[in-house]
Amino acid sequence: MWWQIVRRLLIFLVSALVASIVVFVLLTVVGDPARTALGTNATPQALAEMRLRMGLDRPITTQYLSWIGGMAHGDFGTSFVTQLPIGPQIGERLLVTLWLVAGGMVVALVVALPLGTLAALWHRRVAGWILSGLSQLGIAVPAFLAGILLIAAFAVELGWLPSGSYVVPATDPIGFLKHMVLPWASLGLVQGAVLARYVRSAVLDEMGQDYLRTARAKGMTLWRAVIRHGLRNASIPVLTVLGVQMITVLIGAVVVERVFVIPGIGSFLVDSVARQDRLAVQGIVVTIVVISLAVSFLVDTAYALIDPRLRRR
Amino acid sequence: MTAFMTPPTMPPMPEPALLTNPSAQRRNPLLLVGGVIVALIVATALVSFFWTPFPTILTDTDHLASPPGAGGHLLGTDLYGRDIASWLMVGAQTTLYVGIVAVGIAAVIGTPLGILAGMVRPAWSEFLMRITDIWLAFPALLMALIFATVFGASITSAMTAIGIASVPSFVRVVRSGTIVVMNADYVLAARVAGRRSPAIALKHVLPNIAGLVIVQCSVSYAIAILAEAALSYLGLAGGPTTPSWGLMLFQGQAVIAGDPLLVIWPGVAIGLAVLGFNLFGDGLRDRYDPRLSGR
Repeated sequence: MWWQIVRRLLIFLVSALVASIVVFVLLTVVGDPARTALGTNATPQALAEMRLRMGLDRPITTQYLSWIGGMAHGDFGTSFVTQLPIGPQIGERLLVTLWLVAGGMVVALVVALPLGTLAALWHRRVAGWILSGLSQLGIAVPAFLAGILLIAAFAVELGWLPSGSYVVPATDPIGFLKHMVLPWASLGLVQGAVLARYVRSAVLDEMGQDYLRTARAKGMTLWRAVIRHGLRNASIPVLTVLGVQMITVLIGAVVVERVFVIPGIGSFLVDSVARQDRLAVQGIVVTIVVISLAVSFLVDTAYALIDPRLRRR
Repeated sequence: MTAFMTPPTMPPMPEPALLTNPSAQRRNPLLLVGGVIVALIVATALVSFFWTPFPTILTDTDHLASPPGAGGHLLGTDLYGRDIASWLMVGAQTTLYVGIVAVGIAAVIGTPLGILAGMVRPAWSEFLMRITDIWLAFPALLMALIFATVFGASITSAMTAIGIASVPSFVRVVRSGTIVVMNADYVLAARVAGRRSPAIALKHVLPNIAGLVIVQCSVSYAIAILAEAALSYLGLAGGPTTPSWGLMLFQGQAVIAGDPLLVIWPGVAIGLAVLGFNLFGDGLRDRYDPRLSGR
């Protein structure tokens, strides 16, 4: 089992390295970063100076190594557009985004677990159809669209909740919650509807298993048996989907932060793209990609911990 | 299946669905509903080439942000007095155009790669899968944001990026289908008869996985629509005068307190289009592979 984890860790590290090279090639090697920073009207002399400042005269491998070496201790470089250091901004804004993603995932789970389990236990047909319909709707409505519609309903029509902006949780916890309810709901409800379908199908699979029949033969009710034994087993396929969904939510947050004017890493990314700030985009994209790869790695590892059957391989 | 990206590790799906059974003729409401929605959107886009109620560049200053029906504007006008119905119609063009090019890129690159991954030795196949794993860490939206930085924000860079980001899901689906075909007796027979691998790929594998590819096209199309909507909402696809549903959402949100309808119309259009392509894809899958239906 330890060998499995080490192997997966190695795959994760190599993947992250390859991904960082891809990002570096796309954002530093392709085209001319100096021209991107200065615009099309720049004089040849200004361009040459900028290239020197950006260190573009160095060999590509040196450029890559100094970039990745800097990141290893938190130095993402200084933007040539805003003249601000990039690393601290990423750190600060990542925290905001993590709040957003974590809350969204909680909403998704709170919606999906009971809904999916009930749909499996109850009338298969009707509940199944309703759930399929709901999850189809969930897939069709992207989180940012859900956010705009929620603003229209709860912020504009009803006036219950603020339509955007962010409050730091440490200074005003109640205000923080108030401002996060709609963003969390827009990320979580959609994913919850999708997740519920997987929960239902996983629980249904377990309901056909022998061990559940044994549990029922010992006198347990179906509900108790499913809740005590079935859910743990059903959690394995659900966990995979959950990992995938967390990455979806992270990417979805990029646009949702825009909708609700939340200063997370997604807003930073979109602003940097609009400013054509290559170095900032490079750092943010690598951060997001490495987080996605890490989530996949953790999900794979968690498998082995939950299901002893998967350990021996 | 999900917004913006296809999962890195797909949830446990049943056996690779080989779509070799088109004779499973049963009533399929999903296919019908999805097909009708898709047909409607295509028809709307086609009609808008020749006719829209008003020109999309017309700003009717007598009817700014007017309600449905006013001044002959069926669905009303936006803040600048532009006809919403016309914008929705031409927006369908943008959506379909971006989708066709993006899915085209993905299918043309992904299908041969997937067949290759399914036919080479397991070690190479594994290696190719690792590459698609990394590739999948760059979902459509992220790829499009990178492209917008490097090549500038335009529809061309958006759809190229979305297409490239959709390649790995094609590779995966096609590879699993190819492996099933490669284990079939007729492939063995062809090998014994001395047929070379390229010929087998062309004559046996490709026709047998065509159904899979079509289903994946439909699924990827829905993802492309979502990505395009998000990008144009962010102002990173076409310019501010190119009609698109995402842009309408963005412009509508600015005046959401005054007229929520301005975000409802494009919102419904996006939801309907994605729903249509998803249902169509699901319906096709059910039709070709009865084993998967009811899931």
